[in-house]
Order: sequence, then structure tokens, then C-alpha cells
Amino acid sequence: MTWSFATREFRYWLTNYRRTWRGSIYSSVLGPVLYLAAMGLGLGTLVDAHGTARLGGVSYLAFLAPGLLAASAMQAGIGESTYPVLGSVKWRGTYYAAAASPLRPADIFHGHLLFTTMRLAMNAVAFMAVMAAFGAIASPWALAALPVAVLTGLAFAALVESWAITVSRDTSFALVFRFGMIPLFLFSGTFFPVTQLPAWIRPLAYVTPLWHGVALCRSLSLGQVHPDDLGGALVHAAYLVALAAVSIAAGNRTYRRRLCV
Amino acid sequence: MPAPDVLIHARGLAKKFGDAVAVAGIDFDLRRGEAFGFLGPNGAGKSSTMRMIGCVSPPSGGELTILGLDPVADGPAIRARLGVVPQEDTLDVELTVQENLLIYGRYFGLPRRVIAERSARLLEFVQLTDRAADQVEPLSGGMKRRLTIARSLINEPEILLLDEPTTGLDPQARHAVWDRLYRLKQQGVTLVLTTHYMDEAEQLCDRLVVMDGGLIAAGGSPRELIERYSTAEVLELRFEPASHEQAADKLADAPAERIEVLADRVLLYTPDGDAALAAVRGLGLDPLTSLVRRSTLEDVFLRLTGRQLED
Repeated sequence: MTWSFATREFRYWLTNYRRTWRGSIYSSVLGPVLYLAAMGLGLGTLVDAHGTARLGGVSYLAFLAPGLLAASAMQAGIGESTYPVLGSVKWRGTYYAAAASPLRPADIFHGHLLFTTMRLAMNAVAFMAVMAAFGAIASPWALAALPVAVLTGLAFAALVESWAITVSRDTSFALVFRFGMIPLFLFSGTFFPVTQLPAWIRPLAYVTPLWHGVALCRSLSLGQVHPDDLGGALVHAAYLVALAAVSIAAGNRTYRRRLCV
Repeated sequence: MPAPDVLIHARGLAKKFGDAVAVAGIDFDLRRGEAFGFLGPNGAGKSSTMRMIGCVSPPSGGELTILGLDPVADGPAIRARLGVVPQEDTLDVELTVQENLLIYGRYFGLPRRVIAERSARLLEFVQLTDRAADQVEPLSGGMKRRLTIARSLINEPEILLLDEPTTGLDPQARHAVWDRLYRLKQQGVTLVLTTHYMDEAEQLCDRLVVMDGGLIAAGGSPRELIERYSTAEVLELRFEPASHEQAADKLADAPAERIEVLADRVLLYTPDGDAALAAVRGLGLDPLTSLVRRSTLEDVFLRLTGRQLED
């Protein structure tokens, strides 16, 4: 019953998305093309010229691409969870319309999250297609990085949605972007190995969810997941699953508090 | 146990937000087929009551039974049988008229074919058939309201809840909405509405309660309330602003059951307005304007609360 109710909210978002899907596809493809061209190829030529032993002996492009796959999933996850959530309670009131129907607040949350997950999957597929076109994929294991990227985005989406529903003004989002998303984007191992950071700050990077997503996507894309270090991969995945689960539990409460008062 | 034709049963129903009391313990019964109103000024507790009935706000105290079910435990099952027209439109203005009905029908788990068939009928009913394929954004306030009414009927609800259905509409659009609601009433749909417009309450409600400060001050049919709390006629007098106070003092001797001195007018409650006006002139008073009219719910409200409904 819960699932069928959540599906109804998911289908609302799908209907809503029909108006904007074309534009969103362009940006899903264009974003990775620009990043991989500028950073992967442009900057990558310089990096590769200095030797890539510290990157694990792979080209900068092959190193960067899976990191960006995870990082862009985080960005999309956060982006889809801020204005769309606040807009649904504050500007358009569409959450309240759903809340007046048989749907419960948690169904509305789950349905929205389901739609976000679909968008994350679309983005990840587009990203990987671009990676393939750039020759940035080193192993068929890279396909397994798709669900990991989606999981990374979903963990952030669940976290941010469960918080965004409690917000009354959109100025709070700027803080999240500036002091949350951008530092994570820059310092979670996307552009350079975390081992390059000063030792004292490294533990901080290891507890950020993005680092786990980046690390796992990268080792899959580079075909570096061996049976003997499967444990490391599982820890990464388990961390992201746990973050998503805790965030969903929190969101069940925050959605109820906002929509059923 | 409430009688079988009682759809909503409330006893001592209360709603608090922290220390603020929105609804302070009210009793009412809604019977099948009637149009029931909550009349009161802003902040009287009408919308809070409506949200509790709509099962989107758990009561803080008292009893509430809707369609024989408990709104906290059986919210989804009750909401499946309610139609809701909220105070603020919650349409998706980026979608078309038709799509808004489609998504709402889906919320109730209706198959596409049923939604299509009902949408056609409902758009006809609210006179929006020719706008079916248009985006909602540019529609007028009255059209959006009518669409919201159509949307609320997509699940063929047993009770239709309308929270301030015509607030913010121009007079013409209000009449169009009233006309539709009146037709629904004729079709036997059970209506619950809140309003701070006494003419809306008088036109649409079979029975209503007057709310003030989170409590029910009185209840009954519009006619009963007027008979109980007012006189058959009201004489409205206006004086020069400078002599308003003075005139009001002199009127104490006028033959009226009750006198209300408002900021801009004096109201004399009397069985015979014309006779009262003659008597006022006999006292040597010369009002700028005078009007004899029948009592309305506005007078009932003034009597019950000492304040005016609309400002």
C-alpha cells in the first residue's frame, strides 16, 4: 500500500517533468562534456606530463571522470531536493494538494525521492556515455559505478529533502551550496587524491559521504576492485546506504511535521 | 454513538499550537446531505477545524469521528472519501487544466479511463471545457477556484470541504462559484464550508455555527439564528461625524430593543424600522442617511461577539 501511494506522487512528478525533460537532457550531457574536456583533457595534459604515479598510474582523465560522476550525482541530488521541495510547500502548494488526498506525508516524501532517484539514474547514464565517448573508462566494472553514483546522489537527496521541508526561506539553500556542497565537491577526492591533503584534515575527508562515493566509483571504473579488498568497497556502499536510510527515517518525521500539523 | 446519518461527529474538539489555542473545545454534528457552515472572522478557529476534519491536522483534544472512522488512525481511508477545496489554490500552475485533474485523480488511485470520463463531466460543470488543454497559470482567480472545485470532486467525495471558497474573488467570480456550489447542494452533496462572508453563509448553509475565539458562540439555521439573536428589522442611521456621539447618546430614548453604536453608523434593532425612524425624528434628531433593512447574520454576529464580521 505504501509503495502504491508513493508511486502516485512519483507519477505526479513525472507528469510535471514532461514539460522540462528535453532541457534537462541537454544539461545532463553538456555538463560532463564541459568538465571532462576542460579538466580531464585540458588540465589532464599538464598533470599527465608530470607523471601520474600518485594517481595510481592512470591518466588524469581516467582518474577524474569517475570522481566527477559521483560528485555530479551529489550536486544533482542536492539540486533536486532544495527548490523543488520548498516550492511544493511554499510557492505552489502541491504537497498540500497531495496531503489532502489519501497520500500520507511519508508517501509524498518517498514519491518525490523516487523521482529524484530516476533523475539521478538518467544523469548517471548520460555521464557514463560521455565518459565512454572520451575514452575515460578503463574497465567493464565501470558499469557497476552507475548504481553507486545513484546511491551517492540519493543519500544526499534524502538528507537534503528531509531538511528542506523544514526550511521557511530559500536563503538557507545558498548556505548549503556554499558551505556544504562546494567544499565537498572540491575536497572529497574528486580532483586529486585525498592523500594530497594535509594529514590532519584527511580524516575529515574520509567521513564525508562524497568521498565514499568517489572512492567506490573510481575503483570500479578503473577496475581496481579485487576480491581481497571487497571489504573496502562494501564499507563505502554501507556508509552511503546508512546515510540514505537515516535520512529517510528523518524525512518521514519532518514531512509529517510540516504537512500534518 | 452518533446516529447513522451523522457523517462528522465532534465533541470538545480542540486544537492547540504550542500555547496558542486555535480551537478551544467545540461540539457539532454534520448530517448527510446538508450544507454546514462555520461562520466567523479570521482567527476564529475555522480553518484549524477544517484541517482537522480534512485529516491533515491531528486534534489536540476531544472526540472527532468522520464517516465513522478515527481521523488519526484512518486518515488515508477518510481522505479517500473527502473532497477538499483549500483556502489557497494548490494547483500545479505549470500544468494544464486537464493534467491537474489527471494527477489528482491518480492520487486517489483512479484508472485513467475513469479520470478522463469524470474530467470531461467536471470541466463541463465548472464551465472550463474550452480551457481543458490550457496551462493553469494565466487563468483568472475565479477560473482557478472553479478548477479547484472540479478537482475536489474527481473522487466523487461523500463530503466536500470548502475553506473560504470565495475569499479574494471579485463579485462576479464569487457569484459563479456560489452558483456551482448551490447546484452541488441541489444534487445532494454534503458540504462543509468556512466563511467570513455572511451573505455566503446565508445563501449556501442549511445550518451553521458562529465561531469566535476558538469557540462556537451559537448554532442553527440562518433563519433561526436571526430570529433568536436579532429583530425582524434594523434601522441604520448615519450622522455628521462631529455629532455622531451626541446623537448616539440621544438615541438611548429611541424605541429599539437594542442599539449598536459603530464607528460610522448607529444600528437600531426593532420590529418596525419605519416606526423607529419616525420616533428618532420625533426626538429632534436629523440623520444624514437612514436605511431600514432586514436583519442578517452580520447582526447576529455583532450581537454575539460585539464585533463586526468583515472589516
